[in-house]
Amino acid sequence: MRDFLRVFFSRPISLIGLVIFAAIVVIALLAPFLFVRGPFTIVGMPLLPPGAPGLLAGSDVLGRDMVVGLAYGARISLLVGITSTLCALGIGMLLGAVAGYYGGWLDDLLMRVTEFFQIIPSFVLLMVLVAFLQPSLSSTVIGIALVTWPQVARVVRGEFLSLRSREFVQAARTLGMGDARIIVTQILPNALPPIIVVSSMMVGSAILTESALSFLGLGDPNLLSWGSMIGGSRSAMWVAWWTTVLPGVAIMLTVLALNFIGDGLNDALNPRRRR
Amino acid sequence: MDWDRRAMLGAAAAGVLAHPAWAQRSGTTARQRTINAMMTDEPAHLNYPLFNTRIMQEICGNINESLLQVDWQFKPQPNLARDFEMSPDGMRYTFHLRPDVTWHDGMPFTARDVAFSCGVMLPQLNPRSRGAFSHIREIKAVDRYTVRFEMKEPFNAFLLSLVASSAPMMPAHIYEGTDFRTNPYNFKPVGTGPFKFNRWARGQFIHLTRNARYWQPGRPGMDGIYYRVCPTPEQRLVAMESGAVDLAMADDIDTVVNLRMVANPSIVARADAFNGTGEISVMEMNQRRWPFNDRRFRAAFMHAIDREFLVKAINFGLGKVAHSPIPSDLPYYDDKAVTKYHHDPARARALLDEMGLKPGKGGVRHRFSIMMIPDGGGTWTRGVHYIKQALSEVGLEVKLESTDWPTFSRRSGNWEFDVDCNSYGQYGDPAIGTSRFFLTSNIRKGVPQTNLQGYSNPEVDALFAKAAVAVEPAEAQRHYSRLQQVLTHDVAMVWLYERKPMFFYNKRLKNVIMGPNGPADGFGAVTLA
Repeated sequence: MRDFLRVFFSRPISLIGLVIFAAIVVIALLAPFLFVRGPFTIVGMPLLPPGAPGLLAGSDVLGRDMVVGLAYGARISLLVGITSTLCALGIGMLLGAVAGYYGGWLDDLLMRVTEFFQIIPSFVLLMVLVAFLQPSLSSTVIGIALVTWPQVARVVRGEFLSLRSREFVQAARTLGMGDARIIVTQILPNALPPIIVVSSMMVGSAILTESALSFLGLGDPNLLSWGSMIGGSRSAMWVAWWTTVLPGVAIMLTVLALNFIGDGLNDALNPRRRR
Repeated sequence: MDWDRRAMLGAAAAGVLAHPAWAQRSGTTARQRTINAMMTDEPAHLNYPLFNTRIMQEICGNINESLLQVDWQFKPQPNLARDFEMSPDGMRYTFHLRPDVTWHDGMPFTARDVAFSCGVMLPQLNPRSRGAFSHIREIKAVDRYTVRFEMKEPFNAFLLSLVASSAPMMPAHIYEGTDFRTNPYNFKPVGTGPFKFNRWARGQFIHLTRNARYWQPGRPGMDGIYYRVCPTPEQRLVAMESGAVDLAMADDIDTVVNLRMVANPSIVARADAFNGTGEISVMEMNQRRWPFNDRRFRAAFMHAIDREFLVKAINFGLGKVAHSPIPSDLPYYDDKAVTKYHHDPARARALLDEMGLKPGKGGVRHRFSIMMIPDGGGTWTRGVHYIKQALSEVGLEVKLESTDWPTFSRRSGNWEFDVDCNSYGQYGDPAIGTSRFFLTSNIRKGVPQTNLQGYSNPEVDALFAKAAVAVEPAEAQRHYSRLQQVLTHDVAMVWLYERKPMFFYNKRLKNVIMGPNGPADGFGAVTLA
């Protein structure tokens, strides 16, 4: 563990990622306490430039405070990013573990299902799913989880395939441990490092996907997210740059930070890369 | 992509034209005499009366013409009918058709086509003809070029119901005896207009070419029009500013950038191109459901919204607060008759209190949903977001529902909504465009643009019926004044604002807007400088 922390923090890039991400998390958590008004409250005329009285980042096409919108947008982005990744991890780990551990026809069957999801263009599938389920926060989360779990399943299966015949697993089996217990207490902890790396990247891509959906108007219209801020302001792009650029920068920073963290985790957890 | 290449060629051609010496030497080529317009979304077919929306009017207005046109004073003028007479009692109209008009396939345009269009096809398909033509008792083709309409009662808006999109003439030899909804000519329409249908590249463009045998001498002044699919607002703005397209109509350009467009020296901006429509943006309430069936709730809804703000800030000054079902600059509007609902949240709260809708947990009195129009984050979406905010101030919590077009039409047509957004045009007379939203007889499940709210008031039904057949204009005015009094007191609908859509065109085009029906009269008169 100490080794892991030393390697992780010795790399400036992962440190930068962590600091940016922590700052965004803090802003997201504190948003309701920092601002008296909600993100939808109209505070003045539309398209006031940044620096107008009381408006640090200007107002959007509806006359809403951009700063409040950006802070509340962070909540939605993180919420969707983290919950959809957790859901995808749940499905992917379960199916990947079962497929990798048991092998045989069960593995074949589960991998064909996984491939079925992998060969369909994922964003198109996602749009159909969300439109079918009615656009809302939960349908976005479910949709993203359903198109991203195959990644996890593949990684977990690979780990299980290589670990299941190791001595410590055989020892556990000789001791009379049941399959479920071996999977959960013996193999899974050893398979975790790549899963952690993959999931940190997945949070970032889930945030991007949510933004794309909201940009296209398929997000929950009752919530303000960075994607919907851009989508709602796209026609004002030529007269008020801040309405699209600022949320765009917010998305970029968050995803970049998560990728930095992912790289750092990979270096710290991957024994082959460790120097 | 085809669109990009063509757009660049178009822009290059425009650049060549701007050079006088070059233009003189080569003359004007076909490409230079072709213009580009935009479609935000592609129609499903080109059967004009079957889907009489703005985008169809803009395309099919060049293909299917009407018997009459109106001038800027809304006086009927000859078009396909070269002359017309009305009997003094208003019971008989005679139209003398031009003998020199042919359909695009070469067949002559005759009285049979008029009798078929007005007697069979339009009443079945065209949303506005259904009511207007119900006053006709019989249509007689007196000879090849004379048609006589015998009326059941004197319907005073009859001539206006034969204008532009209200009654496009359809070819009898193509549609008679067929299923209008599945006729293959819905995808290659035939008309008498200045432009003929040429090609439809799905997802890309619809191309109309010059009708060389057009009945008006010297027209059309161009070789063709491309209607190109341009789904995103920023794309449409750039296309217009760069000169890649020549026309931007109504909802093509978001109101956010209106001032930027008006300031552009190479673009002409017209605010009067849709005067003939007389359009009002509204919200429809499902009055079968509580509390939307309570007048006090609807009045509270109106008082909660600052419609001045809606016009000024959300719609960037384009439009005017609507106080009546009849637009304020059209005949029959009566400012003294209407009840006005000014922005007054305190009054709204008092009305809700009176109904027994007291603030509950978190100050919420009632929760309901508003079904949004899928306009891709445009004026509609912004307006609805503002209204949600304004209603939350008086304790009404709104859930917004996004839709796509098929879902929107299905749910509104089947009355599966609390509140939805819509807009309607008066098209010259309340009996043509307005009454259809309030008449009990027009509550028709599954049919869009009818009385979806389920509003029903016997007095309103009787007044609309009497006003339509009043011979004296003063009598019609009296009924319409009373109607406005009743409807606005009832808050029969949430009238938001009168829309004043803009029409933009490149300066190289001349004679673009010739009357209050704008593009619905077609672009036959347009010439290129």
